[in-house]
Amino acid sequence: MVPEAAGAAGTTAGTASGTTEDAALALGDDALVLSHRLAEWAGHAPALEEEVALANLALDLLGQARTLLTMVGDEDRLAFCRQERAFRNVQLVEQPNGDFAHTIARQLYFSTYQELLWEQLAAGDGPFAPLAAKAGPETAYHRDHAVTWTLRLGDGTRLSRERMQRAVDALWRYTGELTRPVAGLAGVDWAALAAGWAERVGATLRAATLTVPEAPARAVWSAGGGRQGIHTEPFGRLLAEMQHLHRSHPGARW
Amino acid sequence: MPGGTDWPLWEVFVRPRRGLAHTHAGSLHAPDAELALRNARDLYTRRGEGVSIWVVPATEILASSPEERDPFFAPAADKPYRHPTFYEVPEGVRSL
Repeated sequence: MVPEAAGAAGTTAGTASGTTEDAALALGDDALVLSHRLAEWAGHAPALEEEVALANLALDLLGQARTLLTMVGDEDRLAFCRQERAFRNVQLVEQPNGDFAHTIARQLYFSTYQELLWEQLAAGDGPFAPLAAKAGPETAYHRDHAVTWTLRLGDGTRLSRERMQRAVDALWRYTGELTRPVAGLAGVDWAALAAGWAERVGATLRAATLTVPEAPARAVWSAGGGRQGIHTEPFGRLLAEMQHLHRSHPGARW
Repeated sequence: MPGGTDWPLWEVFVRPRRGLAHTHAGSLHAPDAELALRNARDLYTRRGEGVSIWVVPATEILASSPEERDPFFAPAADKPYRHPTFYEVPEGVRSL
């Protein structure tokens, strides 16, 4: 019942194709949705220590989401009252946890993207510079964690390598969307970001003895559309769980 | 949590930001030293900046045994000649 696009009202500084609010919503939704996915691991991680690590990442991301959504409006209203079609997160972050390898591959792809994005935004003087400066070190740790596990699973046993490769391949089609320009996000060199992403992820996968999937040819279908509010099927269920209580008791204080 | 118990035990020593020495903070399970370090960071430092962490495989630590306590640690209270108390500190000496 909110806003067909919570950002539509804003008219502050932005690129021709969008406002700062549009960009904050996109980046905030990325962090919010991935945070929710990581939180689903609570009580189910392969080891107690890893559980703490995943929860830590989830909390960092939730913190980023709160800052970003607050730039747009009321964070709770934005998180709990929007319908699927109003969310602007990339499709990668809404993908189910799958096995541990899938979670790690998703984390590797996303944290590498986020790290590069924060680097660029922190260097500029745009509205996201303060957040980027704060989130940068957090995200560097997220990537370090993902790299650590990618190496161990890829270069581990035959089974762990198989599973890691499967995850890397399965999620690859969602990575193209990461390096497409975000509406309203000025001052980002997307070509450099894409090149940096391919280099860092490629180096990690090769070090882990894994095969780097080939970039989808132009003719081949690849996923994307999250930024336009078009999401994959598991996302609806994620929202149903996340928003259930708020929708049952709308307007309650907690 | 299957698998968790296969991981060896590590002892964690942490030096706080303003601390002078590493203090034993606790233990954890990890498959190798790198992950032990990362886990220790998550579990024992809450990411406070400027701290130093040591991790040591528990099997590398040799502890004194309780039975040997007496010969090992018996205080030398009845051996006053062991204590450096029989000389006067000259005036003007600092840091003593």
